[in-house]
Amino acid sequence: MLAAIGAESIDELFADVPEGVRLGRPLDLPEGKPEQEVYRYLRDLAALNVTTEDEVSFLGAGMYDHYVPALIDSILSRSEFLTPYTPYQPEISQGGLQVMFEYQTAISELTGLPVSNASVYEGPSAVAAAGYLAKLHQPARTRFLVSRGLHPHSRETLASTSVGWGTAIEELALADGATDADALEQALGDDVSAVFLQYPNFLGTVEDLDVLVPAAKAAGALVIVQCDPLALGILRPPGDFGVDVAVGEGQTLGNRLDFGGPSFGFFASHQAYLRRMPGRIAGETTDVDGRRGFVLTLQTREQHIRREKATHNICTAQALNALAGVIYLSWLGRAGLVELGELMLQRTAYARAALAAVDGVEPLHSQPVVREFAVTLDADVDAVVERCAAEGVNPGYALGRDLPEFEHGLLVAITEQRSKADIDRLARTLGAAVAAERKQVPA
Amino acid sequence: MTKHEDRAEPAAAASTSLHADPGVERGQPDGDRPVRLTETAQQRDRARTISEKSQPGRRAFVAPALDVPEQAGLLPDHLRRSEPARLPELAEPEIVRHYNRLSKRNFDLDTGFYPLGSCTMKHNPKLHERVAALPGHARLHPLQHPRRAQGALRLMWELQNALGEVAGLPHVSLQPSAGSHGELAGVLLTRAYHEERGERRTKVLTPDTAHGTNPATVTMAGFEVVKVGTDDRGGVDVEDLKAKTSDEVACLMLTNPNTLGLFDPAIEEIAHVVHDAGATLYYDGANLNAVMGRTRPGDMGFDIVHFNLHKTFTQPHGGGGPGAGPIAVSERIEPFIPRPQVVRREPGNGAGPTYELDYDRPRSIGRLRGFQGNFGVFVRSYAYILSLGSDGLQEASETAVLNANYLMARLAETAGEHLPPAYDRTCMHEFVLTGGPMKRALGIRTLDLAKRLLDYGFHPPTVYFPLLVEEALLIEPTETETRETLDAFAEVIAEILAEAARDPDAARSAPYTTPVRRLDEAGAAKRPVIRQAL
Repeated sequence: MLAAIGAESIDELFADVPEGVRLGRPLDLPEGKPEQEVYRYLRDLAALNVTTEDEVSFLGAGMYDHYVPALIDSILSRSEFLTPYTPYQPEISQGGLQVMFEYQTAISELTGLPVSNASVYEGPSAVAAAGYLAKLHQPARTRFLVSRGLHPHSRETLASTSVGWGTAIEELALADGATDADALEQALGDDVSAVFLQYPNFLGTVEDLDVLVPAAKAAGALVIVQCDPLALGILRPPGDFGVDVAVGEGQTLGNRLDFGGPSFGFFASHQAYLRRMPGRIAGETTDVDGRRGFVLTLQTREQHIRREKATHNICTAQALNALAGVIYLSWLGRAGLVELGELMLQRTAYARAALAAVDGVEPLHSQPVVREFAVTLDADVDAVVERCAAEGVNPGYALGRDLPEFEHGLLVAITEQRSKADIDRLARTLGAAVAAERKQVPA
Repeated sequence: MTKHEDRAEPAAAASTSLHADPGVERGQPDGDRPVRLTETAQQRDRARTISEKSQPGRRAFVAPALDVPEQAGLLPDHLRRSEPARLPELAEPEIVRHYNRLSKRNFDLDTGFYPLGSCTMKHNPKLHERVAALPGHARLHPLQHPRRAQGALRLMWELQNALGEVAGLPHVSLQPSAGSHGELAGVLLTRAYHEERGERRTKVLTPDTAHGTNPATVTMAGFEVVKVGTDDRGGVDVEDLKAKTSDEVACLMLTNPNTLGLFDPAIEEIAHVVHDAGATLYYDGANLNAVMGRTRPGDMGFDIVHFNLHKTFTQPHGGGGPGAGPIAVSERIEPFIPRPQVVRREPGNGAGPTYELDYDRPRSIGRLRGFQGNFGVFVRSYAYILSLGSDGLQEASETAVLNANYLMARLAETAGEHLPPAYDRTCMHEFVLTGGPMKRALGIRTLDLAKRLLDYGFHPPTVYFPLLVEEALLIEPTETETRETLDAFAEVIAEILAEAARDPDAARSAPYTTPVRRLDEAGAAKRPVIRQAL
């Protein structure tokens, strides 16, 4: 091959690399290993983790241990879905493009909004992307009002991402676990670009969008709602309330936990914002023979065409994870999505009552919830969590890590994988742990 | 039967899944226009969406039984959905069949050559899927207490170190979700760095050869884009760079080798100019696959680097993600990197080290996404690094460069008259041809050539990028392709050009053998139909 090139050596091919910047030594990394040894090494590392298969876990706070049906593994492992690049050549990418179209259809249906893109990275960065849409839409408006019920990761991501936009972020306080409508009224003005809410919010509360959205809209602000797509099986969709942009974390739709990623973010909006949407959008069309086909469309929004004037810089998104999402929704189907939502609603209500009956455990708020609720412990939360973990139960997420005002708060998630027996065990274990910790600290 | 078919053999044999439809015949070599003979029922069926296959009452899901006392009124009526979402209703066999059939309408890397420039479509080892799917990884909750996630944190820490060594920069954040996200992190780091020094710099330089993500990122981060020209050898025009560099410039974003596939021999001077003006130098790692073990961005003077784990470190691309875009930075940028950061603590009491998430980083730009990043991608890329090791990574880059130069030489031989290299120099892992002479002499455009390649079972190269090359083809073969594949590709290009000399319409009307032919993209944009009418 060197002869065909007309070169003497591999070194010659690197002649453009100046002497002064050549590495001149091997990379300081271990020697390569055979497949068996790599497998064994990574298997041994994996074995050090305590997973939702190893303990009865009530952890949620943004990602949830829902069952991932086997057909998703089977379909996603197909090379034809796993190994192509972004579909730049539509004639040989009809499978992926049609999946995007079906996905967009499903997301529109869940959110009640007519326009969906084909995925963004994940939940919190989707919130930031929606903020960028709001900034581009009304550049003269410079204030973002952000509910304290918005996921802490979303709040921080929005703040980090928007530093160069000339927008200021103000928080809307919570009252009894829900965004304070009076605080919103007072904060609104004609300089507010967007109001950010979560539905259900970080504490599990199903926010009353019927009250919050009209107030924000009346002030001319965009309403951006991060929502839980699975809960939308039983909740009134954000589009019905007049929400402008619905975004969220797609992990609950058929994606594994994977220690936080990869999953996907969804992004849905109104026709009016179609040409400001970030990311890929698949559209239906026909070929020269009149056959139905799909293409990436409205690409003049995107970085590879519009460059510095693009609506977002995103290129690679999360197509394979979005495929898992649409397969999952097809597997649940029209009736199953509702049944799953109702099951979560009932079991969560049962769990909420069961924990409230435990000595030293109080409800943190009284708002309606679907899959997750917050309680206050009369004991050190981290210590209680450790005691429960020793009994094989992970009771939930210590709220104080992100919300210091809830130093004694515990956020508990109930998926369909946690049975009544599991919940009863949680109540017993948590009760014993709280009692033990209270003894440590005399009143 | 013919020489034509012999030569096309490797590609044709490799493309059975996409081209095996009955009733479709490959184009004939002797000038007759290829024809589509019939359309089977299965072919017609496959453009139907899953919603169109739905039948009321069908289902796959069996709900777990309600095992708690049912309560009424848990949700206020006005917050309840009034009608169920109109999701498809199908049984499992039909869902599986639907998506399997759809899959057969995709071309993929496991099936054939995919020389898509700038995308590094190297083989995705199958081991990686197995280790990523281990329950210890796949079912680990991201908020599990670090004490009970030591394996995952250790893996991330080790990957950080390995990437830092490849980049020649000591500090790595794995958090960004893709290359574009890493770019955003990088420009935000630059902003934080300058702000802490009390400087308000408003401009970022990007070469006119840059990926579109660079200027798009600059705007998103609140800076103004200033373009820098390219000299006649395909490198940064250093005089133009000097003219545009000032104390208003925050950063130069550079890809090296650049998107022309050329290593910029003036890199030391470029770094000097940028640093002298107090600006930072950002490395777009899309082309890192050219230089592993040979040179490192840190040694070239870059302050911030992003990696595309889905390119250089072989995460399967999934038809448009997931990827991951970790960043590596120099000491002066380190205080600002996203949080949390995986750190190793030595307790010093004889116990082993522990791995933790460090949130206590007051100068950090903060998070750019939820949780700790695309961990599943990290597992795959770390498996790759463990498998190849020090020598293997270097050999991968060397072979990628060898393959690219070999293919460039072969194409010069078979197609050089009509498709000459845009810059006649030794290339790195990819190279650019210009289709200008082809267009003038044969009357076919680069797009036509690309579409005709589809009939031969090859994914076309990147086309019409970089923007400054007329009728550009950006070709990146990668190190995992054999000489036979490269030869077959060069011969097919020659064959298409010969065909065009006889009958330019053959390419202009291509493709013929694909599930659909050229699509009306203008119509799709003019009257967007982006969801199913239900």
